[in-house]
Amino acid sequence: MELISEVQYLFLETMLDVLPIAAIIFGFQFFVIRKPVPNLKKVLIGLFYVLIGITLFLLGLEQALFPIGRLMAEQLTDPAFMHSAKSVADEFHWQDYFWVYLFAFAIGMSTTIAEPALIAVAIKAEEVSGGAIGVWGLRIAVALGVAIGIALGTYRIVSGTPLHYYIMAGYVVVIIQTFFAPKLIVPLAYDSGGVTTSTVTVPLVAALGLGLAETVPGRSPLIDGFGLIAFASLFPMISVMAYAQLSEYRVKREKKRRQKEDESNSD
Amino acid sequence: MLNSLRDLAPIILVIAFFQIFVLQQPPDNVFSLLTGTFFVVLGLTFFVYGLEMGLFPIGESMARAFAHKGSIFWLLTFAFALGFGTTVAEPALIAISDEASEVAAEAGQIAATVEAMESYATGLRYTVALSVGIAIVVGVLRILLNWSIHYMIMIGYIIVIIVTSFAPAEIIGIAYDSGGVTTSTITVPLVTALGIGLASSISGRNPMIDGFGLIAFASLMPIIFVLVYGILI
Repeated sequence: MELISEVQYLFLETMLDVLPIAAIIFGFQFFVIRKPVPNLKKVLIGLFYVLIGITLFLLGLEQALFPIGRLMAEQLTDPAFMHSAKSVADEFHWQDYFWVYLFAFAIGMSTTIAEPALIAVAIKAEEVSGGAIGVWGLRIAVALGVAIGIALGTYRIVSGTPLHYYIMAGYVVVIIQTFFAPKLIVPLAYDSGGVTTSTVTVPLVAALGLGLAETVPGRSPLIDGFGLIAFASLFPMISVMAYAQLSEYRVKREKKRRQKEDESNSD
Repeated sequence: MLNSLRDLAPIILVIAFFQIFVLQQPPDNVFSLLTGTFFVVLGLTFFVYGLEMGLFPIGESMARAFAHKGSIFWLLTFAFALGFGTTVAEPALIAISDEASEVAAEAGQIAATVEAMESYATGLRYTVALSVGIAIVVGVLRILLNWSIHYMIMIGYIIVIIVTSFAPAEIIGIAYDSGGVTTSTITVPLVTALGIGLASSISGRNPMIDGFGLIAFASLMPIIFVLVYGILI
């Protein structure tokens, strides 16, 4: 019974999210474009599937992953857990939060792989690039970026250094990479910063940030708890460009090797 | 279904590893964990299926229809409505602007009354929605006029850095985060399809270079707008 009311609630909630979007789409379609939608029936069924998909997805997250994720974020940042890992119980240094960084890395990586918005963009990227950019290649590159970003973000909360230094340094790296990365990947790389952080990542990462800011002495959850999402949006740009640079480098090296072989064969 | 299961496997492995080896506690509710995982897998399957059937085709067909109609005014109006309309009701944004109003009240920037905090949160929400609307308009203009995304993003970064140095310290974390929370699961596929549809129906544009990039603007613009909001209030 509880499950059914939960489903109803989530479905209504998702409907409310979709409603303004649907109103805009169909409003413009009927009043401005004034042409019937091609395959209207199929599109409507598709939209309905998206709605059902998101509802079930959220339901599952609420039931399984969010409670346990939040609980684990709390437990790992709990001083009691950290005392058991360390016999001297007076002061903590940033190294003592080792498990937190590892958890941040692992949870950033794994939640990003399941992120629906990223799946959507990866499907499109593979289609448009004619298969040069694989769905899995992009998803793993982005997930690595988020993982490194969030791990570094938790370190920032523990060490208490100002957020904008990290972000500015990240911007500088992005700008330098932009000049050297293959031209085709740049817009996609910029986009991948924004798509990583939605349904799955934000709630878990926010819980981690707030839990950490509450337990680390001298941090205020209201001020230091923010900023993890910023890390999760910045680092994928770097990792996606790096992924493209790496694959370009490998192709070049392969070409050179072949050329050499050809030359030695013709001798 | 199998694909979705593979998508989810890493999360399950991570949680299992930390539960068993680090925290050394069994999870309390194995049954709800399993059914929840099942729902997530089912949901992802439906989502991807509906994406290819509904969201992508409608986004691209509208982009093509606007390109053929040739009315820039309506295209830009649509771009703005899409950005503003999908952001203003975004639950993640509502949550973060409520938290932001608490921060501002604690820092003494606004009065710690319910009304002051509510008006601050609403103002912030509309600021972000406005900035996403403008961002999509700028992104669409870029596709039409063939501007270079490299320079635009760099200029955006420089503005962010300059504005950061004037902004109150409390708003910086929220501003940087607001760029990430604006783009929801439904907006992203739609906006991506819009960009790619436009780039592929205008001759001389490469969908790979010109089609992507709209989301990048939608993540950058809110940072600037929220920082400015923090300075003004």
